[in-house]
Amino acid sequence: MEYFLQQLINGLTLGAVYGLIAIGYTMVYGIIGMINFAHGEIYMIGSFIALICFTILGLTGVASVPLAILVVLVVTVLFTAAYGWAVERLAYRPLRGSFRLAPLISAIGMAIFLQNYVQLLQGARVKAMAPMVTGGFVVTEKAGFQVTLSYMQITIMALTVVLMAGFSLVISRTALGRAQRACEQDQKMAALSGIDVDRTVSLTFLLGAGLAAVAGVMTTLHYGVIDFYIGFLVGLKAFTAAVLGGIGSLPGAMLGGILIGLVEAFWAAYFAAEYKDVAAFSILVLVLIFRPTGLMGRPEVEKV
Amino acid sequence: MTTVDLGDRFGGDGVQWGAILKDAGMAALVALVLSLLLFGVRLSDGGGGGLQFRPWWVVIAVASVFAGRAAVALWIGTRKPASAAALPWFDRALARLSQHKRLLFAGFFLAVAILPLLPVADRRMVDLATLVMIYVMLGWGLNIVVGLAGLLDLGYVAFYAVGAYSYTLLAIHFDLSFWACLPLAGAIAALFGVLLGFPVLRLRGDYLAIVTLGFGEMVRIILINWSDLTGGSEGITGIAVPTFFGLRFTPTPAAGETAFHQFFAIPFAGIHKLIFLYYIILVLALLTHLFSERMRGLPLGRAWEALREDEIASRSLGLNPVLVKLSAFGIGAMFAGFAGSFFATRQGFINPSSFTFIESAIILAIVVLGGMGSQVGVICAAMVLILLPELARDFAEFRMLLFGGAMVAIMVWRPRGLLAHRVPSVRLGPEPPGARRGGPP
Repeated sequence: MEYFLQQLINGLTLGAVYGLIAIGYTMVYGIIGMINFAHGEIYMIGSFIALICFTILGLTGVASVPLAILVVLVVTVLFTAAYGWAVERLAYRPLRGSFRLAPLISAIGMAIFLQNYVQLLQGARVKAMAPMVTGGFVVTEKAGFQVTLSYMQITIMALTVVLMAGFSLVISRTALGRAQRACEQDQKMAALSGIDVDRTVSLTFLLGAGLAAVAGVMTTLHYGVIDFYIGFLVGLKAFTAAVLGGIGSLPGAMLGGILIGLVEAFWAAYFAAEYKDVAAFSILVLVLIFRPTGLMGRPEVEKV
Repeated sequence: MTTVDLGDRFGGDGVQWGAILKDAGMAALVALVLSLLLFGVRLSDGGGGGLQFRPWWVVIAVASVFAGRAAVALWIGTRKPASAAALPWFDRALARLSQHKRLLFAGFFLAVAILPLLPVADRRMVDLATLVMIYVMLGWGLNIVVGLAGLLDLGYVAFYAVGAYSYTLLAIHFDLSFWACLPLAGAIAALFGVLLGFPVLRLRGDYLAIVTLGFGEMVRIILINWSDLTGGSEGITGIAVPTFFGLRFTPTPAAGETAFHQFFAIPFAGIHKLIFLYYIILVLALLTHLFSERMRGLPLGRAWEALREDEIASRSLGLNPVLVKLSAFGIGAMFAGFAGSFFATRQGFINPSSFTFIESAIILAIVVLGGMGSQVGVICAAMVLILLPELARDFAEFRMLLFGGAMVAIMVWRPRGLLAHRVPSVRLGPEPPGARRGGPP
C-alpha cells in the first residue's frame, strides 16, 4: 500500500509534466490541424535555457531559492517562447494551406535540426545540476518504508494546477481565447470577421512553447539531468497524452498526461521498468482503436 | 508565400533601403534573443555548475542573420515577385527531361549495372554504391506505402529491423542459406506489417504517423531488452555472406570445397564479395521498382491511388479501405524485410542502434524530398542524402543539422518534393496536348 502510494505521487508528478507539454500539442493541433513534431525539442531547449539560467544565478550568488526559481521561470519562458515563435514563422507558416503532409515533414526536419543545433552548441554529454529544492513531507511510514512527498513535487503539481486554471480562463474569457476558438472552427470565416489569423497562430505557438518551458524548468529542478536527446521521447509521450485525452481539448491533455504518467510509474514499479515506454505506446494504440476521439474529445464529423 | 510577400514589400520602384534595413534589424533582434543564452553560454559537461561565456558567438550569429536577411531582401526585391517563388526554369528543365524518360532510365541502369566493373571502382566506391542502393530500395518500398497509398508511415525502420533480425536468427539457428532466408524474412516482415497495420489503419493520416512512430520505437526497445533472443544492445555477430551458387567468397576454403576465385581460376580479391553484394541489392531494388510500376496499372494499385486521393469517394464505390491499405502496408513491409536481410548479410553483424527513428526519417525524407510517388525522385534524393554526408566527412558533426535544415528548406521551397512532376497512372481519353508541360499537379 505504501509502495503504491509512493508510485501514485511519482506518477502524478511525471503526469503533470507530460500534461504541460501535451497542451502545446493539443492547442496547435486544434488551431492549424498539424502535429508540431518539434514541440518536444522546444521542451528540451527550455530545459537547457533553464539550466543555463540556474547556473548563472548560482554564480551571482542568489540566496533565496524561491526568488531564483521565479526569475528562472520568467526568463526561460520568454526565451523558449521565442523559439516556439521562430519555428512557426520559419518552418510552418510558409506551408500553411499546402498539402497535408508537408508541414508534418517540415516539423520532423525542424526537430532533427533543433536536436543537432543544441548538440553542437552545448555538446553531446549529459549536463547535470545539484538539487536546489530538497526535503519534503513524510506522508505515512510503515515497516521502514517512507512515503514522501517532496517540496519539489508539490511545487510541480501546484504550478501545473495554477497554470491550467489560468489557461482555461484565457481560452474561455479573453479576446485571444475567443480568437483561438474562432480560428479552430473556421480560419477563413475568422479572418473575415476581423481576426488576425497569423497573429493568433503565432500566439498559440508562443503559449505552447511557454508551457513547455515551464515543464523544462520543472524537470531540470526535479530530475537534475538533461541532454540534447530528452525532447524526443518526452515529446512522443506528451503527444500520446494529448491524443489519449482527446486532441484539441485542454482538460483532456492534462488528464491524458496524468494517465500516461501513472501508467509509466506503475508499470515501472510493478512490471518491467525497461518496457515502460512500450506500455505508454500500447495505451495509445488501444485508445485509438476503441475510442479514436480520445477520452474527452468531440467526435469528428466527416464532410464530403 | 513569404517570398512573394517580401517581393511586394521591397520591390516596387527601386530599392527601398529603409524597409530592408528595418526588416533585417528585426530579424537580427530575433536572432539576438534566440542566440543570447544558447550561443553565449556553454555549460560544462556533467554537474559542477561550470560555465564558459562566448560573447563573440552571439555577435557573429546576429551579424550573419542581419546580413543574410538583408541580402535575401535585396535579391528578391530586385526581381519579379512571382518568379522567385515558382522557379519556372526548374519545372521547365524537368518537363524537358521527362520527355526522354525511357532513354534516361535505360542509360541510368546501364551505368549502374557496369559501375563495379569499371576500372575506377575501388572497394570504397562499390561499398558506397551498395549503401545508396539499399536506401533506394527502402525508398521505393516506402513509396508504395506513402507515395501510392498515401499512408504516412514513420516507423518503416521497424520492418527493416524485423527483416534483418529474422534473417539473422533463421540463418544462425536453422543454418539456412541467404537465398532460403530472404523470402522467409520478407514474409515475416510482411506478416508484422499486417499485424501492426490491422488495428491502426482505420486512423486518420496524422494519427497513423504517430502510431507507426510508436511501433518503430517499441520494436527497438524490445530488440534491446529481449537479450536471450536478440543479444540485447550488443546485437548478433558472425552473419554469413551469401554464396554464389554454392561458391563461397573466401581466400581459404574448407577441404573439399571450391571457393569463388578457384572456380573461375582468378586470383582472390576482397572486392569480388562486395561486387557480388552490390549486384544482389541492385537486383532486389530493381525488383521493387518493377513491382511498384506494375502495381500501378493493376486494380489493387489503382485502388491504392484512389484511396489516397479520396477515401470517401472510394468507399462509396465499394472499395474496402482496410483491405486495400493493409495490402499496401504489408507489401511495403515485405520490401523493407528484404532490404533488412540484405543489410544484415552485408554488415555481418546487427544491433538495435542501426534501427533508430532517424533511419525512418531518412527513408521518409528520401521519398518526400524526391517527390512523393516519383520513382526517379527516390534515386536522386537517395544519392543526395546518402552520398553528400559520406563524401563530406569533414562536416560530420554538421551532417544531421544540415539534413534537418534541408528537409525544412525543401518543404518550404517545393512542398511536393524536388521532382513533383508526375504523370497520372491512368488517364481517361487521349492525352491532352501540352499536358506533359507545366508545373506540379
